[in-house]
Amino acid sequence: MSIFVDDDTRVVVQGITGGEGKFHAEQMIDYGTNVVAGAVPGKGGQEVAGVPVYDTVDEAVETEDANASVIFVPPAFAADAVFEALDTDIDLAVAITEGIPTQDMAKVNKRLSEVDTRLLGPNCPGIITPGESKLGILPGNIFSEGNVGLVSRSGTLTYQVVDNLTERGIGQTTAIGIGGDPIIGTSFIDALEAFEADEETDAVVMCGEIGGEDEEQAAAYIGEHMDTPVAGFIAGRTAPPGKRMGHAGAIVSGSGTGTAESKIDALNAAGVPVGDTPDEVADHIEDFL
Amino acid sequence: MKLHEHQAKEIFADAGIPVPESRLATSVEGVLDAVGEIGYPAAIKAQVHVGGRGKAGGIKIATDEAEAEQYAEDILGMDLKGYTVEKVLVESGVDFVDELYVGVTMDRGKGQPVLMVSTEGGVDIETVAAETPDAIVREHVDPAFGLHPYQARKAVYDAGVDDDVALDVASILSTLYDLYEDSDASEIEVNPVMITSDRDVVAADAVMNIDEDALFRQPELAELEEEAYEDDLERKAGEYGFDYVRLSGNVGIIGNGAGLVMTTLDLVDYYGGEPANFLDIGGGAKAERVTQALDMVFSDPNVDSVVFNIFGGITRGDEVAKGINEALSGYDELPKPVVVRLAGTNAEEGMEILNTDLLQVEKTLEAAVQRAVKNASEVSQ
Repeated sequence: MSIFVDDDTRVVVQGITGGEGKFHAEQMIDYGTNVVAGAVPGKGGQEVAGVPVYDTVDEAVETEDANASVIFVPPAFAADAVFEALDTDIDLAVAITEGIPTQDMAKVNKRLSEVDTRLLGPNCPGIITPGESKLGILPGNIFSEGNVGLVSRSGTLTYQVVDNLTERGIGQTTAIGIGGDPIIGTSFIDALEAFEADEETDAVVMCGEIGGEDEEQAAAYIGEHMDTPVAGFIAGRTAPPGKRMGHAGAIVSGSGTGTAESKIDALNAAGVPVGDTPDEVADHIEDFL
Repeated sequence: MKLHEHQAKEIFADAGIPVPESRLATSVEGVLDAVGEIGYPAAIKAQVHVGGRGKAGGIKIATDEAEAEQYAEDILGMDLKGYTVEKVLVESGVDFVDELYVGVTMDRGKGQPVLMVSTEGGVDIETVAAETPDAIVREHVDPAFGLHPYQARKAVYDAGVDDDVALDVASILSTLYDLYEDSDASEIEVNPVMITSDRDVVAADAVMNIDEDALFRQPELAELEEEAYEDDLERKAGEYGFDYVRLSGNVGIIGNGAGLVMTTLDLVDYYGGEPANFLDIGGGAKAERVTQALDMVFSDPNVDSVVFNIFGGITRGDEVAKGINEALSGYDELPKPVVVRLAGTNAEEGMEILNTDLLQVEKTLEAAVQRAVKNASEVSQ
């Protein structure tokens, strides 16, 4: 078992003719993902990475029976690409693109409330169910099959924690990067809810960072609704207020909201141990299993 | 991207929002000329990208020429929270009887823009939000539809703004929302909106920040950008295109990916050191980027030791190692000790070819950070 993606996931790559799109389409195919088509306006009829390219996502989905999309489209056109994916009613759209204007994402967010499609991202590394399917830019070879779910706002921090788990021989059911932007599709809570319902997932790692209140809300959800044990990590304890730490969403506002302390306190209050180091997170997970 | 008050007020004025008469000045003579045209009382306001200018002495009201000269001398060239004041806005003093707060920003939790109105204007709004949250009325806007004009009126009436000026304030708020949308603002704030004794409504201050990710489609606003750095290192980082934040410690940090770099900072702190900076070199770690990143940390006089943590991911560790070695080819010895840790794809191959004549190498993040902290404490003793 796994969440959101598996062997049956059939993927369209939007922007497959671009450098990033082509490279990662090939990487996904190498990993074993069923990439069935590409979609790029004006490039219909071509073949890239061994799959046919269509002018519209709709045509790609209809012709190749796809149920998911990965979006490698430059920021100026990315919101439009997400709308195009959402309007085909596929199950999952994964937006890798970094730098989409926030007001565009607010409009996307509104549309999300009207459709059944799940959006992951934007500005995220994607999702992987080890041994089955990878949608995005995660390095497949560091993951291994197992019984721990992982959800994180950050890409490389995810890899770091996976590394700490792998050293102890602990594998993953599914690992998800939800993205570091202020407005995103799938939230911590959405992922936690799915892990809670997944019978194969025996423990969950949640990696948050400063900014916003998503981690606090996730903590409340865990306290009320989860039986599966969760271990946490929060990046940005030493971040000064008012400074954006790389991610657009990673900023402690002047009024003190979004601090690491408030997130760690909320998680602890929900019974979630928070590691001081990524290795300590792996300690907690080992204790759970 | 932050606009200066004078830039935002020009945009406000063009959109029909009443603002006080003003002139921009960069010298004491310029200030005196400006006041000569505007008259007294006149506000002399530092144009720098920091909040709380008034409290920090960056805003003064002059009632005669001697005061104007004195204040101009005081403020021009002063250091305001790390920024040097190079220009001031000279503005006609407003005879006000009441102050309001109005603003438009993104409620990231809801993913919707939100209008904010409070009759507690003229004070730090974050304090108001923390102490009396009910004193701020919030009205969320459907981003796909845009603002219904009634929403601006509703917010203003709900906030308890005086009836005789309520529609004027609502009109300002509605215009601010249009500006927010049209200019891809992340935040627009007027604190205070002043109500004069004649019951006119004037935007006495203006904060307007633009979403940097939207500057590609806001070329006119992008031209207004005035890079203001707290120091030369942040300026250099801007030129190199790094995500960089300077901190006060002595352990320099280079890494890839915001979350992992933040984590490295936290670990330096956790193991008893003090981080000197946040520096994200992004994916890849090609020789040129490594060279630039090393240049950044080596040119920070506070840095006594460096930790360089790269998680290879898609970029293979041996390629990263080649980039690092190439960057080091210009050095006979390094000015400060550097601990490198590579992880991820082909990390072991990468570690094997790293130039260990110049570098210290550690296998885990924890070990690398601890060693860098130790190096720093030895150097600084």
